[in-house]
Amino acid sequence: MAQTAAASSKTQEAPKSVNMKVWKKLFPFLAKYKGRLTWLVFINLVCALIDIILPLFQKLAIDHFIVPGTTENIWFFAGVYALVIALQTFSVIMFSRSANRMEMYLGKDLKSAVFTHLQTLSFNYYNTTPVGYMLARVMSDTSRIGEVIAWGLIDLMWALTYVGGVLFVMFTLNWKLALLVTLVVPPVVLATRFFQKRILTVNRQVRAINSQMTGAFNEGITGARTSKTLVIEDLNDAEFQEITGNLYTKNIHLVRLNALYIPVVLCFSSIATAIVLVQGGRMAMEGVMLLGTLSAFLTYAVNMLNPIEQAARIIGELISTQANVERVTDILETQPTVTDSPEVVAKYGDCFHPKKENWEPIEGNIEFRHVDFHYPDSQEEILHDFNLTVKSGTTVAIVGETGAGKSTLVNLCCRFFEPTGGQILIDGVDYRQRSQLWLHSSLGYVLQTPHLFSGTVKENIRYGKLDATDEEIIAAAKIVSAHEIIEAMDKGYDSDVGEGGDKLSTGEKQLISFARAVLADPRIFVLDEATSSIDTKTEQLIQNAISHLLQNRTSFLIAHRLSTIRQADIILVVRDGQIIEQGTHQQLLEQKGYYHTLYRNQYAKEAAEKLNWQ
Amino acid sequence: METKKHGRASLLWQLSRGFRLWWTAALTATILTTLLSYLTPQVIRVTVDSVLDNQPFDVPQFILNMINAIGGREVIRQNLIICAAAAMLCSILSGISKFFFRFTTAKAAEGMITSLRNQLYAHIQRLPYAWHVANQTGDIIQRCTSDVDVVRNFISSKLLEMVRTILLITISLSAMFAMNAKIATVSLLFMPFTAGFSAIFYSKISKNFRKTDEAEGALSATVQENLTGVRVVRAFGREAYEIGRFSEKINTYTNLWVKLSDLMAYYFGTGALLCELQIMVVILFGTVEAVSGAITLGEFLVFVSYNSMLVWPVRGLGRILADMSKTGVSLSRILEILHVSPEINLPAAANHLLETNAFPAEEPSQNASCNFKGDIAFENVSFGYENGGDTLSHVSFTIKAGTTVGILGGTGSGKSTLTYLLDRLYDLPENQGRITIDGVDIRSIPRQLLRNNVGLVLQEPFLFSKTIEENIAIASPSRHSANLEDVRKMASIADVDDDISAFAEGYGTLVGERGVTLSGGQKQRVAIARMLMQHAPIMVFDDSLSAVDTETDLKIRQALGEQTGGSTVILISHRITTLMNADQIIVLDKGRIAEQGTHQELIAQKGIYQQIYHIQNMDDAPITDMTGGVC
Repeated sequence: MAQTAAASSKTQEAPKSVNMKVWKKLFPFLAKYKGRLTWLVFINLVCALIDIILPLFQKLAIDHFIVPGTTENIWFFAGVYALVIALQTFSVIMFSRSANRMEMYLGKDLKSAVFTHLQTLSFNYYNTTPVGYMLARVMSDTSRIGEVIAWGLIDLMWALTYVGGVLFVMFTLNWKLALLVTLVVPPVVLATRFFQKRILTVNRQVRAINSQMTGAFNEGITGARTSKTLVIEDLNDAEFQEITGNLYTKNIHLVRLNALYIPVVLCFSSIATAIVLVQGGRMAMEGVMLLGTLSAFLTYAVNMLNPIEQAARIIGELISTQANVERVTDILETQPTVTDSPEVVAKYGDCFHPKKENWEPIEGNIEFRHVDFHYPDSQEEILHDFNLTVKSGTTVAIVGETGAGKSTLVNLCCRFFEPTGGQILIDGVDYRQRSQLWLHSSLGYVLQTPHLFSGTVKENIRYGKLDATDEEIIAAAKIVSAHEIIEAMDKGYDSDVGEGGDKLSTGEKQLISFARAVLADPRIFVLDEATSSIDTKTEQLIQNAISHLLQNRTSFLIAHRLSTIRQADIILVVRDGQIIEQGTHQQLLEQKGYYHTLYRNQYAKEAAEKLNWQ
Repeated sequence: METKKHGRASLLWQLSRGFRLWWTAALTATILTTLLSYLTPQVIRVTVDSVLDNQPFDVPQFILNMINAIGGREVIRQNLIICAAAAMLCSILSGISKFFFRFTTAKAAEGMITSLRNQLYAHIQRLPYAWHVANQTGDIIQRCTSDVDVVRNFISSKLLEMVRTILLITISLSAMFAMNAKIATVSLLFMPFTAGFSAIFYSKISKNFRKTDEAEGALSATVQENLTGVRVVRAFGREAYEIGRFSEKINTYTNLWVKLSDLMAYYFGTGALLCELQIMVVILFGTVEAVSGAITLGEFLVFVSYNSMLVWPVRGLGRILADMSKTGVSLSRILEILHVSPEINLPAAANHLLETNAFPAEEPSQNASCNFKGDIAFENVSFGYENGGDTLSHVSFTIKAGTTVGILGGTGSGKSTLTYLLDRLYDLPENQGRITIDGVDIRSIPRQLLRNNVGLVLQEPFLFSKTIEENIAIASPSRHSANLEDVRKMASIADVDDDISAFAEGYGTLVGERGVTLSGGQKQRVAIARMLMQHAPIMVFDDSLSAVDTETDLKIRQALGEQTGGSTVILISHRITTLMNADQIIVLDKGRIAEQGTHQELIAQKGIYQQIYHIQNMDDAPITDMTGGVC
């Protein structure tokens, strides 16, 4: 699964230029903010204009007051100056506010869009995509895009406006001198391009090594126990130091590039200063140019070069953000493989807007009719012309070794995947003629490693039926013998379960997830049993809970424990993805086939595990 | 703070060892850069006042001499290029010193951070097993990456920035005061406001930052839970409900951020206002003073540029102060790890044993791994973990060198604890009995020596994300000299050679997230092959064949027997068939030895072993009867 992610990142060549095709995909998200964007552009222009005007006050002070030696009208001058500063303060605040909001709202829209879309994607996507990858798309990529659009683009505009404005003012003041100063711009642009390109490359390398280092930390910590037994601490240290050494070298390289770039630009700006001093000085002596103009020129000649650097940096950022945009739009463009047809949606509604009034009640008869199946990412046929009829209320156990493919039938039955050939009928109707939510609303699912959501015990049980009263919740907990255990917790039903339920033991989590399933009162019940051994007392409680859940429901059990297997009406034996044996416990044992071996092994294991039962 | 081994500052001081020369260079470059930045405005002042205008030259004597030597004002007027060259020279010098400033700082800071990272990593490697069990990986990684980055950011940019700011303030102010006290005072008056405003603001905003961080954490957790729990979400048809939860979290997060960013907007706006006001007031006062003749036009220009050099760094000072407290917090979090004591290699008492060559006993040799014979004795061993009662109580048994012992025990019987103690992953407290190898208390054997001689395969082995070959070869005592042949040989003994060869890249196949996912049985067998590379005289298999089928189990044990004739072997298993050929079998129950003997002896006596033997050896047993509990 992860190979594909790694491979695709390898094939993605580092982009060298801005690709409009990628950015166009964001236009629909921006359309909503046309007004805000226009306002931003406007206020941004105001900011740039004021920044251009400000040095002129110094020029006015020199030419109107200092050189003539008069303070006449200085209060008027001060007033206008103060007004401009006030205007600038106002526009900086407005600008900053708007840009921030733009960033946050855009980020929020993108996050919501990706999250919502992920809710509709099929399991084959989830099975091949690590959670960390999806999380990074929802959280960091979207934030980065919001930031770059709100600030980067706007700053870029500011820089261009500023340079343009300064050039305009300089040409107005003295076009000959301005022309001379402008001569410095092309080499600065070239130098900037030269450095930024290299800085971008090294930056990318630094980031790659950085994540390599995080990986090494992760492995050093999770593998520390094994390292101890093998006495390879020194070896690990050496490997880690190689990575940090690389990081050090690259970081120094990066700093050297950055540090070199600054003197280079300074050098050009000093040339500009020199030109102004020589030419402007001559003009001032000849009386062609005012001294104030000369000082304004000196300021402009130096200030003009900063925005060029800024623009180059932003363009670099835009280019590197393209990868983020692509990853986000990739998710948004991924189509779910299991979908409801338009007719079905019209009648039963989609998963966000169900039309429950049209839903038929579920009886729980399930039939696999000539079912063929292979997973989307492989061609190997797992089921071929598979037939199975499960009457309402029957319990089906699926047994086999870890990784033998026991989940396939459950995945098909829950419509997490659909058959590639044949049909699966529920109460005699192909389930593709009903909505997914219709089926899922009648489904109870308890996982091997129970998944709880952060929140209280009560909230977690209520997940099975959102409008359940506290009494119903307690009743459900009692049915699965979870009540006493919950009551014994420090805050009872209001105890916090921690992130992912990690404040509870596996056994407690399991019991709570059983209560959640009971509360949902599903017609079809699916259990993916835990392999890990729990303490024997809880184990017994869990077995009781399972017996309760099986009553009057069509059930599929992915089973390991003998006590669970023995409750089944039909047992399906899976090996290497294929169903190789099928029958009742008695029949299968008499066959003395693979089931017999499996059963013996498990028996041996449980016998030894329960050694200290007496 | 007093109880800590060393504080935050002393950690930094200790880390700076080896980089102090760079720091000195960086400090020098900082000072030089700051001084040089004052030169260009001076050149412009002299040009405007004394070259373009007719004021007397106000420059140090040696420069005046130079000016006079080349012919005075008139010559320079004819050749303005001289002024331009002077200005250029100043800029270029300042550029060069800036380069050195950044370069030396990076050398010093990156060097320190690299050694901090290495130190952290090495330290964590050597922390006790119990610490690793008790701490969460995510939290430790957070400290090793994010917190280290905070420190890095501070020492690489903020530390000298602070020096520079203080230098700038001192020099600018004194230069300004020297030129005109009135304007300088006006400029000075602004500074407490600007710096104070920014410090107050940053302390205020850091609270909001914490809130938004928490909101972001909550949002991120919600998304993560939704994604990991996708099966539950779908199976209950809760997509709409999940979106509701998500919206609630993202709205909180967005609103907090908008609030925060509004605050920041006001800050930036007000900060800019203060700065611009300061510039304006200086220009106004300067104008008035210039008009009255108290200062020259050139001095006016110097004033304006010194003032503007001052304005932004003062504002930055507030930010640096806020960063300083953040860095303090991060340093404390890092110190929390560094202050945990690593495994002590051996108690002081054992040192003299090594020195006097009392151990290894027979023949003192460089290659100590050959010196263990493999006689093991547990003498009245009791042990309990920190929370809870005794896991082992009064366990005594001996294993003769070269023999095999089988241990049968249920969940929580203490069988894994036995192996942890033997490998000194946990140390047996002084008065809780003793464990000896070849008659020597293992507490006096250096850990590394001990572990090199005890090959241990853990119940859930960890494979590194390297190739399979590297994973196996890693345990070879000769490390780099292990060749593929050896690796294959060990893999064959562990019966995993065929599996590995079946992979497209064979032994070069990467393991883990970025490579193939091995099945539980394959992992166990690779771990066994890896352990075999150690050629240890004592081998411990902690239920390491649980995920392989009975036939493979048998095959591996047979191959092992042929290859490892002289080694002492401890086999822990739940399968009687795995244990039955051992020279001695121990049945462990609730931390005590319940039964002990050979297979034949144990099946002859009524007890747990006999019971389990009958249950597991059920070919002839009436299958359908076995529906109840085992006992």
